[in-house]
Amino acid sequence: MSVWAYARRQGQESVAWYGGLGLLAIEAARNVRLPPSYLIIVAQQIDLIGVRSLVVALTAGLFTGMVLALQSAVNMARFGAENYVGPIVALSMLRELGPVLTAILVGGKVASGITAELGSMKVTEQIDALRALGVNYVKRLIVPRLLAALVVFPLVTILADAIGLFGGMLVVVFDRAVDGYLYWNTISYWVVMRDFLTGIAKSVVFGALVTLIGCYNGLGTEGGTEGLGRSTTDTVVQVAMAVIISDFFLTKLFFILFW
Amino acid sequence: MDPVTPAPEIPVELREVRKSFGDKPVLQGVSLALRKGTTLAVMGGSGAGKTVLLRITDGLIRPDAGQVTLFGTHIERMREEAMLPLRKRAGFVFQGAALFDSLSVFENVAFPLREHTSMSLGEITDRVHRSLSVVGLPGVDDLLPAELSGGMRKRVGIARALVLEPEVVFFDEPTAGLDPTNARLVAELMASLREGVCDTAIVVTHDIEFANMIADQMAILHQGRIADIGTPAEMRASSNPDVRRFLAGELREE
Repeated sequence: MSVWAYARRQGQESVAWYGGLGLLAIEAARNVRLPPSYLIIVAQQIDLIGVRSLVVALTAGLFTGMVLALQSAVNMARFGAENYVGPIVALSMLRELGPVLTAILVGGKVASGITAELGSMKVTEQIDALRALGVNYVKRLIVPRLLAALVVFPLVTILADAIGLFGGMLVVVFDRAVDGYLYWNTISYWVVMRDFLTGIAKSVVFGALVTLIGCYNGLGTEGGTEGLGRSTTDTVVQVAMAVIISDFFLTKLFFILFW
Repeated sequence: MDPVTPAPEIPVELREVRKSFGDKPVLQGVSLALRKGTTLAVMGGSGAGKTVLLRITDGLIRPDAGQVTLFGTHIERMREEAMLPLRKRAGFVFQGAALFDSLSVFENVAFPLREHTSMSLGEITDRVHRSLSVVGLPGVDDLLPAELSGGMRKRVGIARALVLEPEVVFFDEPTAGLDPTNARLVAELMASLREGVCDTAIVVTHDIEFANMIADQMAILHQGRIADIGTPAEMRASSNPDVRRFLAGELREE
């Protein structure tokens, strides 16, 4: 196969993938209003996606806040700006690292789990069995996971933000012997609600995106257990890429809209 | 959508149905009708497109061309959610049973009742136990599908398909992959179902002996078309060379 033909096939596959993802999003949105509501399944998914991802998200948040404070305290002291460690940690956490790290860590865990579950249902014909029993599989399998993600990702992000700021304070106070009051005071002076809210808005978009990727790759699984392994790996990679790439464009968009 | 004429006498009808996967044609103009109260066995070698035919009939796959009528309604271009009420009236037994592997046998059979009815737990329990005893499996409620033998799994699949009391049942290779004893058990079960629970069915199979036991009508699928259709006796007397070769076990799909 020539390089040109290979590139063309890859291009076609990517376009088909993005198209399929978009169609699934539309299909899910259309199904939200259809009966039945499956509220119990939404609640189960919130527990599964949210509560069981807390440890991962909080640990990552704590250490990220700590390392941010350490790096900025040591390096900003070189040009006498050590007083601004608090705002640097807070802006980085709230605007970027809180939502992005949560989306990559929790999202990778959640989305690969969704792909594995839906994918094995697909290869063992359980999704067809649902359809044959007259069950709306989009409404029963996809919509509850999406709704749960829309609730869970912002909440977990808020917690990760908070514990990140707390971790930053620990480092500043105990390692650098800076007054904790100064840390909080500079943060509350320099950081505004917009900084926090754009981060939360990002986490909502990431949650939906990550869950959709998990569902789409699960439903598209073909080729038995080998195919299942492949689609689960694809999900982990695509989730990380999707979060990092969309983060740039969301940031740009929010600067245009809200600055 | 086309105007719908209810035709309870013919719950299932296919007209000139075509389907290809990639550039490989599987069905090239299949037409057949299922009359109420009859069991139609669709036979053919492996790769003849029998399962595809059955899935198109229940709307699980869309045909490329042709018309599919289920309970008097054209389904070939219908949205998924519009098809759901029709699918509730039709049972589908999958070749691999397709049980929900995280649910117990009881919950598998109870699943359609919980989804589609507002029955109390007592009523559900009654219906599930009745359905499980029809297939000869009392007392396995709490087992998981992984703990069942292949034959038992198939029978649970049949119980689940029958629990909503469907008007038509589609069976995909009900005896495939079973040892002779279990295959005969399933065959006897299906013959007994005809007496009471469900008398209208399409059964896809490659097993001639089994088809003779249960079918009123036989259709032979070869090279994407129905080679011939008729009663078992008519088929044995058929002069169609493809039918003669199939019954002699000499028909191959290229």
